[in-house]
Amino acid sequence: MHKRGPMYVIVVGAGKVGYYLAKALIQEGHEVLVLEKDRKTVESLRDELGELIAYGDGCEIRTMSEVGMGRANVVVAVTGDDEDNLVICQMAKRKFGVPRTIARVNDPKNEELFRELGIDQTVSSTRIIFNLLEQQIETGQVIPLAALKKGEIEVVEANVTSGSSVAGLKIGQIDLPPNTLIISVIRDDHAMIPHSDTKLREGDSVIAMIKADREKELRAVFE
Amino acid sequence: MKVVILGCGRVGSTIATTMSREGHEVTIIDQNPDSFRRLGADFSGTKILGNGIDEDTLRRAQVDKADAFVATTNGDNRNIMSVQMAKVRFNVPKVVARIYDPNRAYAYAELGIDTICTTCVGAGLMRDMILGNEFGAVQDYLCSGLDSVIEEGDHA
Repeated sequence: MHKRGPMYVIVVGAGKVGYYLAKALIQEGHEVLVLEKDRKTVESLRDELGELIAYGDGCEIRTMSEVGMGRANVVVAVTGDDEDNLVICQMAKRKFGVPRTIARVNDPKNEELFRELGIDQTVSSTRIIFNLLEQQIETGQVIPLAALKKGEIEVVEANVTSGSSVAGLKIGQIDLPPNTLIISVIRDDHAMIPHSDTKLREGDSVIAMIKADREKELRAVFE
Repeated sequence: MKVVILGCGRVGSTIATTMSREGHEVTIIDQNPDSFRRLGADFSGTKILGNGIDEDTLRRAQVDKADAFVATTNGDNRNIMSVQMAKVRFNVPKVVARIYDPNRAYAYAELGIDTICTTCVGAGLMRDMILGNEFGAVQDYLCSGLDSVIEEGDHA
């Protein structure tokens, strides 16, 4: 899709998230329009954003066509209300054919519902902070780096510590959980492509791709 | 039937009171405890205090066992979201949303959600009353067609 070229992005909601998002997008050279239904907020940002902020309700069809919703590449709904973000994205998608819609979600339970209802992507700061907290508490030797496929697959980093039972073993000798792929071994800041004869040493970081539900088993292997 | 009503305002409380009187099993949800005072003295259903666009509240109201779900809060978007939640997450066979904005009512009706736009129904009835016309059927007053008028009048 529009990986690199400039996009027309409509940001609905000029709270802190919308404001900083718009600024970042403008800096990247994208065409941006911020839509806000509180007149005072619009006026307070007028000097800085000029014509790039408009006063109006992002759920109103008339407002949507006035701001050129039909040619938007992406609509991002970041108001403080989940119900408004849902309706903005659904109307953008169904009425104006916007190819990509992103909604901010306050109640993390709504992420699944929104996707079922056709919203392309959801962002829940509650969920992100919760996940960060969980990582702090749960990680022993295995640190999640990225989640793929809606969290089904994870890329993790496992550290070979001094007492680790895998230190000194060849990768081929390690009894890894099923569906685990070791992508790289990082030693002294150099990433190596490992093979089954690569011997792990204390201080190595192992980057692996695993099924999310196998994380605990992998941790046990590296303990 | 078992019906869950979201919003105990004038419309919600009226539906709740009359349907309860007719012997239906009624549950009504509102986030303001004072609003339950609008219910008739003979209301024999269940009152649930909570936010109607929170799955946990709907579960407490046993929406999963309901035959119908009606959303009558004064927020169009809350109503739209809660009926979709009832439909998709709790498989309620019949959902109805009260929507003030004619365009939104029409758009969601197109998406297969039963909507009653009280703006259009009220305005249509009043117009016919002023003109001395015979009243039509409910369908005559729903918002169909209005959308195309607005799109034609759109600014280029």
